[in-house]
Amino acid sequence: MMKNIKSTNTIKLLALLFVSSLAFVGCSSDDDGHHDDHDHEEELITTVRYTLTNGTDIVTLEFQDLDGEGGADGTYDVSGPLTANTTYTGAIKLLNETENPADDITLEVEDEGDDHEFFYTTTISDITISKNDIDEDGNPIGIATTFVTGDAGTGSLIIELIHEPTKPNDGTSINAGGSTDVEVTFPIQVQ
Amino acid sequence: MKSIIIGLVIAISGFSYSQNCSYIFLGEVKDFHDGTPIESATIYIKESDKYIISDFDGKFRIENLCSGTLTLTISHIGCETKTVSYTIDNDVFKIISLEHHLEELNEVVVNSHLKTEGTSIEKTINKADLEKYTDKSLGDALNSVSGVSSLNTGNTIVKPMIHGLHSSRLLIINNNVRMFDQEWGDEHAPNIDINSSNKVEVIKGANTLKYGSDAIGGLILIQPKRYVAQDSLFGSTMLSLNSNGRGGNVNSELVKTYKSGFYGRIQASYKQFGDFKAPDYYLTNSGLKNSNASARIGYRTFEKGFDAYYSVVSNEFAILQASHIGNVGDLVAAINSREPRVIEDFSYNIDYPKQNILHHLAKIEAYKRFKNFGKLSVQYDMQINRRKEFDLRRGNLADTPVIDLRLFTNSLQTNLNIDAIDNLKIDTGLLVRYQQNDAVSGTGISPLIPDFQKYDASIYMIGNYDLNESSEISAGARYDFTRIEAEKRYNLTDWNDTYNYDELFPQFETNNIDNSKILTRPEFTFHNISANLGYSKQFNSDISLFVNYGLATRVPNPSELFSDGLHHSAARIETGLLTLNKEIANKFVASLERNNQNFGFSISPYFKAINDYIQLIPVGITTTIRGAFPVWEYNQVNAQIFGIDIDVNKKITNKFNYKGSISLLKGENLSQDIPLIHMPSTNFTNSISYYNDELNQLSINLIHKTVLQQNKFPDYNFYTFNPILQEDVYVDISSTPPAYSLFSFNSSVSFKAFKTGTLKLELNVENLFNTKYNEYLNRQRYFAHELGRNINLKIKINY
Repeated sequence: MMKNIKSTNTIKLLALLFVSSLAFVGCSSDDDGHHDDHDHEEELITTVRYTLTNGTDIVTLEFQDLDGEGGADGTYDVSGPLTANTTYTGAIKLLNETENPADDITLEVEDEGDDHEFFYTTTISDITISKNDIDEDGNPIGIATTFVTGDAGTGSLIIELIHEPTKPNDGTSINAGGSTDVEVTFPIQVQ
Repeated sequence: MKSIIIGLVIAISGFSYSQNCSYIFLGEVKDFHDGTPIESATIYIKESDKYIISDFDGKFRIENLCSGTLTLTISHIGCETKTVSYTIDNDVFKIISLEHHLEELNEVVVNSHLKTEGTSIEKTINKADLEKYTDKSLGDALNSVSGVSSLNTGNTIVKPMIHGLHSSRLLIINNNVRMFDQEWGDEHAPNIDINSSNKVEVIKGANTLKYGSDAIGGLILIQPKRYVAQDSLFGSTMLSLNSNGRGGNVNSELVKTYKSGFYGRIQASYKQFGDFKAPDYYLTNSGLKNSNASARIGYRTFEKGFDAYYSVVSNEFAILQASHIGNVGDLVAAINSREPRVIEDFSYNIDYPKQNILHHLAKIEAYKRFKNFGKLSVQYDMQINRRKEFDLRRGNLADTPVIDLRLFTNSLQTNLNIDAIDNLKIDTGLLVRYQQNDAVSGTGISPLIPDFQKYDASIYMIGNYDLNESSEISAGARYDFTRIEAEKRYNLTDWNDTYNYDELFPQFETNNIDNSKILTRPEFTFHNISANLGYSKQFNSDISLFVNYGLATRVPNPSELFSDGLHHSAARIETGLLTLNKEIANKFVASLERNNQNFGFSISPYFKAINDYIQLIPVGITTTIRGAFPVWEYNQVNAQIFGIDIDVNKKITNKFNYKGSISLLKGENLSQDIPLIHMPSTNFTNSISYYNDELNQLSINLIHKTVLQQNKFPDYNFYTFNPILQEDVYVDISSTPPAYSLFSFNSSVSFKAFKTGTLKLELNVENLFNTKYNEYLNRQRYFAHELGRNINLKIKINY
């Protein structure tokens, strides 16, 4: 009987200890102050600029949506037609132009290359696009590309940035999974 | 030794007998509330170890008293026993007031169900049933009540829903404090530790005016336990372990009570789960961590008392990784694949996306009773809710939350309960409340909900009148004043062109324009009137009828007014509207109940007509850097919701019992003549239980639940152009999942342990047949199946 009372007390004591230790955990500090300044859209990508260069033949494809999702719709701007049977060097830039100077998001993508991949898809079958850069695991990222045109044609070019895709993949975004950070569609013409 | 003591006793007795022993004590026992005499009260005289009884007039007489102390203990059926002592040095006449009041009865005395209001239509979940959900959420426990369902985000974020209505249409009252924890969001679950509560009541129709004007759906009351005033120390510890999620919960509580009426309780619980498992795969990133603690101290006597309570709830919920999608194309892929895009091995890691919520609640309440009048109580309460939501982000923002809100709420309220008049009870009170929402800076993104301040002031009065022995009516009215002052930046194109706010609300504009965003200061004032009328009639010993009418008014919540941005798991842009008006509901609820163990039932039909019902619907498509996105906007329609909840219990044999329930509901958007979105479909449950008190209180339950497919849903499906495939694809976001049936098994036994304690063991199996199913009311139904089988073991020790 004495032992029972003792064990009951021990349990009560243990329960008390448990309760009070958790209470201390619960009261951990949470002291972010209030500031009147508002948040800039640091994560926003306002601009996708794909520049294709072959000597002096430079074509830029640009999407710009300065107020982000919602607000005014984004706009597409293609500087001119591409030349048939030509090899271009492609470079993509993602910018946040609400910051001054504009924030280069491409650098973040490059830093986290193993978690990102650009995919280029075109409806003009003569065009081939290859990725020239690799991440730390040896898989393509797609910031630097080689863009080779064939015969003349008209169609569109879709550029996607996929976050956390399956890597390596078969080169198509459909089978890469992940979630889409960028998806823009440019009308292009090869002549 | 013995003889010395006896000698001493005789000596002392002799001494006392030598005094004057001819005094007379005249007493009168009266009801505290209305002063009526109490007949047949038992009076125990401690000094002489004798019992006497009060007469017809409540009077009693004690003769031949010696000078000295006289201690009397007066008891009467239905009253709180009272002990008084007097110093006798003359003849004395004293009036002794006894509490004769059901409301204040201890649970120990009354086993039958006591309602919050005589005329209310409600269902109760008691402690024993709540314990079954020790490692689940409040929403899961409520789901066991007919007419209550839940809107889920995964399986851990469970938002209760009464008659298809949720969020700010439900009032959740925790320890007499109305919860303010950013309840407006669909994926925000109430921050309540189910282990800290003793009893949960779901009030479908009643005088809810004491708590607020906007209980269009109903009221959930979470009640603490009242302790008996005796010297005692007791507690319990409960451990629950689960196969699914490989986690569980440990909860401990310790209570100290004193004869004087003081009491104290501390409680804490810790819960952790890893990735849960659907029948065929792990739900990657679906675990949780949760630590809670609460403390209460108080003093309670019949005439006065106080109660102070503090609780902290800290929740960390992982959000299914596959539910983070970038655009509509990803959503289509998820809907078509029917399996999550990310399936990994089991892990306890809580990765992004996730929610972190810390909720503090503190209150202090004091009351005093006045003879022949009533009870006055005053309460101050304070809540701080800090919510951080993390998403998958790039670069140095990866560990920064996308949503970081701090909601601070303060209320001061008084309630006066006048019960001096025999048949009439009046409750009246005042409330002032100040609320401040702080969109904490540093998220690197425009806040979903802006900074705002909200001021409320209310006054209410409710009367309960006993028409006769068997029937009662209640009526009440409430007025609420609400003022909201917000500060928010709008895209200039949205402000000027899309919503035309520059013409509608020029008074909100400031000159501060930065980065094509305009700073605005929207201010709104609302005046609300709400009312309630109830009637109850008892037909014979166990059949009763309840009828309730309520007029409820709800002010648009901050999310409906201000929300603005991309919702990742829904692949849509959600936009609030400043032009929204208040929602006004007329609700009728009736209930016919038979409270009988052999055969009992409750049949409860209801009808709610809601004017200017606020809902979120798709209105168009916008082009963004992530491709085309549907835009969902809040709009207002006239709606009606009606249905019926039926519960039946039947004793089959001495040891076998049957219980069943069915809920039918229909929700209509009258303005467009289509069904309302997210209405629970018809569902029914059957359970057979075996209980043997002699065999260690062995209890075995077999429970079946069927949820039918919801065939009434609005068709918000649309086509979107997929540039990769160069074709339009169908986005089926509206179709509802097929019907499903689930079986579960519960069993428990109790043993005596540690002299006065008990040990209870429970073995439960949920989703017995590992059924693969989807639930319409789960926001993640596009991405993954519901949970597979779970085996649960619970050990509870009472000491």
